[in-house]
Amino acid sequence: MNQFAPILPELIVTVGAIALMMVAAFGGRRSGGFTSWASVAVLIAATLALVGPPTNAGGVFGGLITADLFGSFGKVIIFIASAVSIIAAHGWFERDTEHSAEYSVLILFSALGGAVMVSATSLVTLYVGLELQSLSAYVLASYRRTDERSAEAGLKYFVLGALASGILLYGISLLYGFTGTMNFNGIAAAFAREGTSSLGLLFGIVFVLAGIAFKISAVPFHMWTPDVYEGAPTPVTAFFASAPKVAAVLLGTRICLDALGPATDAWRQIVIFAALASIFLGAVAAFGQTNIKRLLAYSSINNVGFALVGLAAGTPQGASSVLFYMAVYVVMTLGAFLCVLWMRDKDGNPVEDIAALSGLSQTRPAYAAAIAIFMFSLAGIPPLFGFWPKLLVFQAAVNSGLVALAVAAIVGTVVGAYYYLRIVKVMYFDDGGEQLGRVRQPVQGTLIFLSAFAVSPLGYLLIGPLQSITDRAAGSIF
Amino acid sequence: MTELPLLTLLIGIPLIAGLVCLFVSANAARWTALIATLIDFAIGAYLWAAFDPSGPQWQFVENLPLGGGISWALGIDGIALVLIMLSVFLMPICIGASWRAITKRVPEYMAAFLLMEALMLGVFAAQDLFLFYVFFEGGLIPMYLIIGIWGGAERIKASYKFFLYTLFGSVLMLIAMIYMALEAGTTSIPALMAYDFPVDAQKWLWLAFFASFAVKMPMWPVHTWLPDAHVQAPTAGSVILAGVLLKMGGYGFIRFSLPMFPEGSAMYVPFVFVLSGIAVVYTSLVALVQRDMKKLIAYSSVAHMAFVTFGLFAFNRQGIEGAMIVMLSHGLVSGALFLVVGVIYDRLHTREIEAYGGLSNNMPGYALLFMLFTMASVGLPGTSGFVGEFLSLVGTYKASSWAAIVATTGIILGAAYMLWLYWRIAFGVARTEGAAAMKDLDMREWWLLGPIAAGVLWMGVYPESFLRPFRADVDRLLERVERAAPAGDMALTKGKPQPQAEHHAPEAGH
Repeated sequence: MNQFAPILPELIVTVGAIALMMVAAFGGRRSGGFTSWASVAVLIAATLALVGPPTNAGGVFGGLITADLFGSFGKVIIFIASAVSIIAAHGWFERDTEHSAEYSVLILFSALGGAVMVSATSLVTLYVGLELQSLSAYVLASYRRTDERSAEAGLKYFVLGALASGILLYGISLLYGFTGTMNFNGIAAAFAREGTSSLGLLFGIVFVLAGIAFKISAVPFHMWTPDVYEGAPTPVTAFFASAPKVAAVLLGTRICLDALGPATDAWRQIVIFAALASIFLGAVAAFGQTNIKRLLAYSSINNVGFALVGLAAGTPQGASSVLFYMAVYVVMTLGAFLCVLWMRDKDGNPVEDIAALSGLSQTRPAYAAAIAIFMFSLAGIPPLFGFWPKLLVFQAAVNSGLVALAVAAIVGTVVGAYYYLRIVKVMYFDDGGEQLGRVRQPVQGTLIFLSAFAVSPLGYLLIGPLQSITDRAAGSIF
Repeated sequence: MTELPLLTLLIGIPLIAGLVCLFVSANAARWTALIATLIDFAIGAYLWAAFDPSGPQWQFVENLPLGGGISWALGIDGIALVLIMLSVFLMPICIGASWRAITKRVPEYMAAFLLMEALMLGVFAAQDLFLFYVFFEGGLIPMYLIIGIWGGAERIKASYKFFLYTLFGSVLMLIAMIYMALEAGTTSIPALMAYDFPVDAQKWLWLAFFASFAVKMPMWPVHTWLPDAHVQAPTAGSVILAGVLLKMGGYGFIRFSLPMFPEGSAMYVPFVFVLSGIAVVYTSLVALVQRDMKKLIAYSSVAHMAFVTFGLFAFNRQGIEGAMIVMLSHGLVSGALFLVVGVIYDRLHTREIEAYGGLSNNMPGYALLFMLFTMASVGLPGTSGFVGEFLSLVGTYKASSWAAIVATTGIILGAAYMLWLYWRIAFGVARTEGAAAMKDLDMREWWLLGPIAAGVLWMGVYPESFLRPFRADVDRLLERVERAAPAGDMALTKGKPQPQAEHHAPEAGH
């Protein structure tokens, strides 16, 4: 029984998801409200269950997964982001013919996959977690099956995702073939023994990283992101931008620093390229966008680039900065998407055009202020809290001697600032009159307020505690 | 620590008042802002009175670690004190200047201004490297909004230009700060001011900081954001931009570049002098041909700021003290000139010089004050401009006579464009009917311009009041930089009594 204690959160989510799937299957449309709130309850229970063995038991099941603070930190973010995505969707799918009950079940499965990903210490568990997470995500992308864009998004995501999985699997098979083990420690030992002279191992690294780059939508494997983000229903997009991204970034961090730790020089250049390419492409490509979801898609590409800067440092400090970055990023991005969810016209139909925001600051000042806070924060402008994680990743990079990388990346923030400013400009400088209808959703409103509050300058009070947690979490994988 | 945390209060009061403004009516917001800025002014006056020039370097120190390498560390020396005084003095005037000119979205406007004030004061009071950066950069957001929402016709372009230009300058500084914190193992500004960085690193660090401060200052050739921003900003926005925001660049040079990288600064002296020389001559000539009053004053700001960089990088007492006084004086004078422009803009709604003329006939009081500020800008003895420009020129001359020659032409050109401006506006006959019908200053406008005029005269007649607080700090700065000070080209030698000493010199070897 003891070996199950460390995976208690995963067990809770699994059992909860299966049970709720039955409820959704037999309850039909009427069960939508119940499954949503029950799913949120399951996720909260799983988060609370992280205390104790799931955080400090170490490797279990013969090293297939490990229960450490690094994994738990990721799981807290994943579970909470999933819960927010479920709450965000409340009242969204009921407008149309879909029934919403299965939405939250799929999110639960995806969150489960993410939880397995962040604690995987074997290539097999890694792959299983990734696929569980992705398969649920493919279905979620096409959740509005009568909507052409949604169906297209799902199909595109599936085809490209399957390709990426294939690449990843091929990389895994190469690593296995040349090291003779699936276990991260074993792979690390093999790299320490043989160095990176073996071509097979190098190819293995490249393919594995390519597969992961697809999942975190880092350039040059980002092509699916804008289309999928635009086509998928907005609550699903909010989910995509948060939980799976955190899971994949943390997974990449663990692989690079744990399994490929002795081969840092081999993967570092790949990560540096992906980081800079993501930052600049994410910043430049967003210029002409008129659709806010597409814009936020490029924003997420851009932000992942900054997280990769921290990873490229390859030190405990770098890992800590990645964790810090992802934690703050999730708050900002979920807040931004919650605001996007409120963009409805007078009849309650969703609007995605940025121009619809014009003059918002005059008609609904608080709402506009919240969006402005998220935008400035995503751009990393102090005194908003989004600045601090950027500072941390640059600090990690400079401390590892990657000054040029830090300089290039920070120039990228200036380029990126332009399009975040554009949203503020549309809301504050343009006149538009009342274009958006009012939405009465107190729960979502509270969430927006809380996330805006957290990324406001008051967030700086969190630096101390959050930093000490991320430092310890990062320490647990070294 | 039983004392009241005065500096926190100084920053906190405008912040809280700004939040309050968002939730009240337009008129209440005006009064809230005015009262808050006046309270800040009172605190500033108390700081000035309580500051002990012969006491420790850092006074009113507060320190509250936030963890993760940043702390809420505040404290001021004399240099910061006088710049804080300048800010709190100008703020109520800015609020007053916007009293009637701003009619739309007043609560947000006042909130943005108060936020701006809090961030500016934070810049001058911060003692932690990253805290400084947060304040320094944070100021972009309210100013972006002020220009973009309440500005003129071209406001959107100007707001973008302002934001992206200054942001680009600053981010490189951030990387340099990260490096410094790593190298020195501390983020405390006083500690860093005493830390000796390797000379090779200083060159790069100096450039990174220069990129930021040169844009803020602004120095030629990165000054082009300033005329746009000034012209488009509302009057009070221009006042605060010219009066305080530009001073952050000069403050940065004094606080960071000089004491932290003395060797680096010394190495780049010729570079700074060339840029400043070009700025003085070129921007003065550009100012001469402007048809827009605000643009003219904006270009004159660039030229005046070049006196600051000249003085600072002269590496001597006169230069640095002169640069400080030029900053203070320019803060008052250019602020006042923007207000003066604002006064007639409010009446006729054009900034074209052509539209005015003969204002001394129908607006005698206005013409009087305008003349005072014109003279102060030109640097007439008895006004603040003279003291600062004279000192900084003396300092420059000690460092490089060529630089001093170029800088002095700036004074002549400055007199040319300012006097010509004054002549076209105040003398002759009115060119338009509207200009002839304008009424003289009302009570509110007297209250705005009167205190500045008093300040300008005070600083011109008895500059000691303003020099005294930071004299000891200039001593410390000189002590710090003297090991790197480049030799001046004056090569002063004591005259020798024997006129033919050189003929005897070879024989001394025998």
